[in-house]
Amino acid sequence: MIGRFLGAIGAWLRRSLQDLGFAVRSFFIMLAASGGLWRRPRLVMEQLFFIGNRSLVITIVSGLFVGMVLGLQGYYTLTTYGATQSLGQLVALSLMRELGPVVTALLFAGRAGTSLTAEIGLMKAGEQLSAMEMMAVNPIQRVLAPRLLAGIIAMPVLGGIFTAVGIIGSYLVGVVLIGVDEGSFWSQMQAGVDLWKDIINGTYIKSLVFGIAVTFIALFQGYQAQPTPEDVSGATTRTVVISSLMVWWLDFMMTAVMFSK
Amino acid sequence: MSIVVPNLVEIRDLHFAYGERSILSGLQMDFPRGKVVAVMGGSGSGKTTVLRLIGGQLRPSSGAVSVHGQVVHELDTENLYLMRRKMGMLFQHGALFTDLTAFENVAFPLREHTDLSEELIRTLVLMKLNAVGLRNAAQLKPAEISGGMGRRVALARAIALDPELIMYDEPFAGLDPISMGVTANLIRNLNDALGSTSILVSHDVKECFAIADYVYFLSSGKIVAHGTPAEMAVSTHPYVKQFVNAEADGPVPFHYPGKSLADDLGLHAGVGR
Repeated sequence: MIGRFLGAIGAWLRRSLQDLGFAVRSFFIMLAASGGLWRRPRLVMEQLFFIGNRSLVITIVSGLFVGMVLGLQGYYTLTTYGATQSLGQLVALSLMRELGPVVTALLFAGRAGTSLTAEIGLMKAGEQLSAMEMMAVNPIQRVLAPRLLAGIIAMPVLGGIFTAVGIIGSYLVGVVLIGVDEGSFWSQMQAGVDLWKDIINGTYIKSLVFGIAVTFIALFQGYQAQPTPEDVSGATTRTVVISSLMVWWLDFMMTAVMFSK
Repeated sequence: MSIVVPNLVEIRDLHFAYGERSILSGLQMDFPRGKVVAVMGGSGSGKTTVLRLIGGQLRPSSGAVSVHGQVVHELDTENLYLMRRKMGMLFQHGALFTDLTAFENVAFPLREHTDLSEELIRTLVLMKLNAVGLRNAAQLKPAEISGGMGRRVALARAIALDPELIMYDEPFAGLDPISMGVTANLIRNLNDALGSTSILVSHDVKECFAIADYVYFLSSGKIVAHGTPAEMAVSTHPYVKQFVNAEADGPVPFHYPGKSLADDLGLHAGVGR
């Protein structure tokens, strides 16, 4: 009984390690395949349009509302301590360090990630990837690598846009609607935000890492999906679930490393 | 088979299995240059697997497939891709790129593998589309054309680089009689015009017999008969006879093998039969 139980755990562990190893290997294969894309920038630019541009609306609208809510909630809390002049700093740090990259990554997983998984899965189901192979065209290089690169480029830009729009949203609520002093709002922000620590690390590095993780998970799930409607839809769901959990875990790890005293 | 021309593709003692499940066993096949050879058999007989092994998408369990004298599974990725440039394949459902127009689909291999000018690519693509009768549908997307037309666009794409070997996976499946006839004629005519070799995997007896030079019959992963279409048409082999004449009764059982109905219903022998 115990032997069987231990055997089952061992088998599960071995399978998990095997899957993890396979995923890591696939990631490096995709990364290596993107090396040749500098000769064909059009492929990446097309995907930047599909992945980046088409995620703009949801990113901007979400950023605006998150910033507005943050401005409102921040104002209520700071009023208790008579520190409403720090609203700009509070909002900027919250957005740059956490909300900007994390919420953008979750939106990106829902908007672009699912679309990538479904697209690749359906291409596989329709034998389009097999057809490419038979035409002596490597689908990893032609289809997956440009999308991976586009996701890696698009995510930090989207994260930056989300943060900037969020700050504008909080400005509209805090300064324009509620009447917080405009000078304090901007000067406290300027004084409290560190270029390297908050903008480069907080927004861009985090977004970059999230971009790599979410795009790779989406592509991997699509590429590994069985060519059936059930599995393609299952892969799409897995993309959102795994990406979201991965984003939270990576965020915690990076925050611990970046902002520890 | 009296072979007067050298073989482009040779299959020798080929075995293939998915895990424990044997798909092909002991195949010996020859595909002479310039000929149209049909591989026929029922669904699940291993026909498409043969094509995938020739294209190097699968690796044999044992035995070998040779194309141009090169053993396919021994090639590294670079040489395998070089070999595939001399092949064209028509997939069962066309496998057209759904986001591209018919023109762009046919232009795809040309853009990927050549440095030809846009003007020359345009000329070549229009010629290929003209050959399959769809020059005027060049700007339509796969969703805007019928299944038969899609198959013809896929055929134009398969021959875009004037391949030496063209493989067809169920080219007649799901087509109306007119489209079937058109596709069959195209396969034969293109093969002769390009001087290529065609391997035709299908279960459509009439069309295959009309255009093939030689036919192999596969059943349960084994070659059960082979010969010219005329020989196969009068064959007395039970499987070929059942297949060619579309007989319901014969060596291919109607019921999926397993327990009897009486066993399933828990009836004793002699009571429920």
